[in-house]
Amino acid sequence: MSNNIQRRDFLKSLGLAGIGLGIGIDGFSKTSSLVKVKPAFFSLEINPFIIIDNTGKITLVNSRPDMGQGSTQAVPSLLAEELEVSLDQVTIIQSDGRSKYGSQLSGGSSSVRGLWMPLRKAGAAARELLIKAAAETWKAPASECYAEAGKIIHKPSGKSLGYGQLADLAATFEIPKNPKLKDPKDFKILGKYNARLDVPDRVSGKAVYGIDVEIPGMVYAKMVHSPKIHETIVSIDDTEAKKVKGVLQVMKSERAMPHTRSEAVAVVASNYWAALKGAKALKVEWKAGTSTLNQNSADYFAKMYEEAKKPGINHEEKGDFDAVYHAGEKKLEAIYETPFLAHAPIEPENATVHVKEDGSVEIWAPVQGPDGTLAEVSGYLNIPADKIKVNVTLLGGAFGRKAYLDFVLEACDISKKINKPVKLIWSREDDISQGPYRPAMLSKMQGVLGKNGSPQALHHQAVGESILGQVFQGLQPTQADPWLGEELSQENHKYGFPVHKMSYSRVKTTIPIVWWRSVYASNFGWGQECFIDEMAHQAGKNPLAFRLDLLRDAPRFKGVLQMLAEKSNWNEKLPEGKAKGLAIFRSFDSISAACVFVSKKDQSVKIDKVISVIDCGMFVNPDNVKAQTEGNIVMGLSAAIKGGITFENETCVQSNFHDYLILRNNEMPEIETYAVINEEKPGGVGEPGLPPIAPALGNAIFALTGKRIRKLPLNLDEV
Amino acid sequence: MAAYTLNINKKKTKIDAEPDMPLLWVIRDVAGLKGTKFGCGMAQCGACTVHMDGQAVRSCQIPVSTISKKAEITTIEGISEAGTLHIIQQAWIEEQVPQCGYCQSGQIMSALALLKTNPEPSDEDIKGFMSGNLCRCGTYERINKAIKKAAKNLKA
Repeated sequence: MSNNIQRRDFLKSLGLAGIGLGIGIDGFSKTSSLVKVKPAFFSLEINPFIIIDNTGKITLVNSRPDMGQGSTQAVPSLLAEELEVSLDQVTIIQSDGRSKYGSQLSGGSSSVRGLWMPLRKAGAAARELLIKAAAETWKAPASECYAEAGKIIHKPSGKSLGYGQLADLAATFEIPKNPKLKDPKDFKILGKYNARLDVPDRVSGKAVYGIDVEIPGMVYAKMVHSPKIHETIVSIDDTEAKKVKGVLQVMKSERAMPHTRSEAVAVVASNYWAALKGAKALKVEWKAGTSTLNQNSADYFAKMYEEAKKPGINHEEKGDFDAVYHAGEKKLEAIYETPFLAHAPIEPENATVHVKEDGSVEIWAPVQGPDGTLAEVSGYLNIPADKIKVNVTLLGGAFGRKAYLDFVLEACDISKKINKPVKLIWSREDDISQGPYRPAMLSKMQGVLGKNGSPQALHHQAVGESILGQVFQGLQPTQADPWLGEELSQENHKYGFPVHKMSYSRVKTTIPIVWWRSVYASNFGWGQECFIDEMAHQAGKNPLAFRLDLLRDAPRFKGVLQMLAEKSNWNEKLPEGKAKGLAIFRSFDSISAACVFVSKKDQSVKIDKVISVIDCGMFVNPDNVKAQTEGNIVMGLSAAIKGGITFENETCVQSNFHDYLILRNNEMPEIETYAVINEEKPGGVGEPGLPPIAPALGNAIFALTGKRIRKLPLNLDEV
Repeated sequence: MAAYTLNINKKKTKIDAEPDMPLLWVIRDVAGLKGTKFGCGMAQCGACTVHMDGQAVRSCQIPVSTISKKAEITTIEGISEAGTLHIIQQAWIEEQVPQCGYCQSGQIMSALALLKTNPEPSDEDIKGFMSGNLCRCGTYERINKAIKKAAKNLKA
C-alpha cells in the first residue's frame, strides 16, 4: 500500500477531513522532544498524538484507558490548556497499544503525572506554529498575534483566522524545541472545574464497556476454572452440558497467568445464559497440582508470623537500628496484619477476540494497558504485533485487576480453536474466587522512644509475598522487594527518626496476587500509621503533635496535617462516647491524610464521619480530585471493615457479593474532602487517598475504646 | 426456544429465548439494549435493575417465561425520550456522579422507583432504599445528593 493510500485511510479512520498539522511526541524521555508529523508522511507508522485538520478539527490520541479515574477528561485538558481551545473542541481517540504512543498503562496513578509536561509542550508548540502561520499570512510580527478559542487573533486590527485555515501553513515550519508554557496563574482549564463530557453517556446507558461489544458472527464463552486455581484436568464429562440448548461446544482450554498456566474448560454457546448453564452442568474431575505452596490462608499467615521472628533483608538502614533497639529504654513492638482482597470491579472481566483465518487478530476489551495487551497476545499466540489490533473499550472499574490479562488470553485461546469471534465473560464467582488479589501482608513494627518520649528509631519489617517476585518472577532470593521502598523509605514518608530501618521477608504463596488500588501502600499504611499512633500514646503526646514534630523538615506533610487539624477541629475535645483518629501517608507522589470520627453505639462502633485532605500538587479538575478521594474513602473503608478473601482447602472461601462484602450506601459515613492548592509538580490522584483511611479508623477506635486493633479486617461489632 | 412478546420501553418486542433465560440477558443480548448491566447474577449488586410496572426489580433473577405480556418493562434507555434526558439523569450530570459509570444505570433505575413512591425521601430513606445497589468506585455520596436534587426538581 502506498503512503498516500495509507494516509488517506488513516485520516478517514479518524474522521478527519484533510491533512493539516500533526505533532507527535518522540518517546517519553525526560525531555519528551516533539516531532512534526509531516502531512505527506502521515501513515500508520508515525506517532500523531495531535492532529489539527484543515477544518479546524482537533484530534488527540489518548494513551490512558479510562476506568473511571477521568483520563478522558484529564488528558485532553493538558493539550487544550496550551492550545487555547475548549475541551469540547478536542476529539479523543483511544490509543491502540502501538509502541509509538509510549507507555499506555492506566496504573500507578501516573496519567497526569506522566503526560503533564509532554502534552502541554505539544499544545504550546502547536500554538506557536499557528501563531507563526497567522503572522506570516498577515505579514505582521508574531508578537502582535495571540491564540484564543481556536483562533489566532491579530491584536491591533482584530483580524482572526481559525486553526483549520492555518494548519497547512503551520505544518511547513519547524517545530519549536522549547515552546513557552503558560504560567499556571493564566490557566483557564487546569485546576478549574469542568464538567466531564463523558458523563451524559454514562447516565443514559450509552457508554460502551467491554461487555457491551457485539461483533457479527460472535459466540459466547464461559470458563470453568480450576477450583484450586492450579489444578490439571483428569476428565471432562460434558454429557449434561451439551444437552443445554444453545451450547455449541465444550473444550479443554487454559488460563494463562503472567507466571503460570492452569488447565480450564471453555463452554461455548450461542448466548451467555446458555454458556452459564452449560458450565454449571459440566462435570470436571480435577487433580490438585503438586507445586502449590501456602495456598491456605492459615498456613500462609502462620508462615508469615514465623518469618516475622527472623530478620528480613534490609532495604535501607540509617544508623544501627538493632543496637539502638537493644539499648533503648522505651521499646515498642507490634505486628500488623492485612488480608487478601479482591478488586471486584463491577464490570466483570471480559474480552471479545477474533483470531482470524488470515492470521490476524482483533481484540475488544476493557484493559488498563493496550500496549501490554498487544505484547502479551503477540507472545501468547506467537503472532507478530503488527497483525494484532487492540480496541480498548471503557472499563467498568479495574483497580489494577484489568492490567492482569488472563481473561484476554483465554478468549484468544478459544477463538483460535473455534475460528470465530468470541465474547468471554467471567462470572462474579470467577472474579472473586480465582484472583489475582491484593496480597495479604504483615508489618512488624519496632520503635524506640527516648527519655522524654522523643522518637529515636523506627523499623518496619514488611512480610509477605512479592508482586514483583510472583507475577514477574523478577526478585532474587537475596533481594528486598524494591517496590516496597516507594512507600516505606524514609525519603518517601519523611518521618525524621534519627535511626531508621526498613526490611523485607518474602513468604511465597501460590495464591495469585497483583496490584490493587494503591498497591502495597494499602497494606503498609495500616501498620506504619497505627504504630506511629502507638508511639505517640506511649510517649504521652498528642498523635498530631507527635507527627508534626517528626515531620518538622517536611513542610508539605505539615501543611496537609495542619489543614486536616483545622477541618476536623482536631484539638476540640469530643463528648464521652465519641472519638477521632488520624493518619497520613504518601504514595504516588501525593500526600494524603484522613481523620475518622467514631462513636459508641450499643456494643459496637459506628463510623460517623471521614475527612480527607490531599496534597497532589497541581491537578486538572478539582471536582475529579474530590471524586477520586471520595472513592478512596469508600474503598478504604471496605478494605478495613469488610471480610476480605480467605483460602481453605486451597480454595477461595468467598464467591460473590453475598460473602465478599463491600461497603453499601446505607453504611456510608458523612464524608468531606479537601485538596491543598499549590504549584508543586502533579502527583497521583486515583490512589493516594486510600492508604490513610484504615489506620485513621484504627487510631480512632483506640481513642474511643483504648483497644489497639492490629488485624484487618476489623469487625465494628466486636471491638 | 419459545417465543415471547414483551413490552419493553412501551414497544412490543418479540423475542425467542429459553424459558429460564433471565430478563437481564433477554434485554441485553436478545433485545440488544446494553444499558442494563450484569454484575453478579444473584441480586446482590443491583447493576441489572430495571422497572417492571414501575417497581425496581433485579432483572438477573426473573426468568422470561414468568413475565406477563402486559407487564411494562422499562430500562435506562426508556426513561426519557430519544435525545433528551430525564430530570434524574440531569441531576446525575449536575452532581457529576459517575466515575466508571457501570453501575449507574441500575442506581438511576432504583432511585427513580424510590422517587415514584416517596417523592420527598429523607437521607435515611435514600440510604435504605439504595443499599441494594453497589458502587465499587464509591459514588454513594454523590448519588444521594443527586437524588435529593432530582426530588426537588421533579416537584418544581
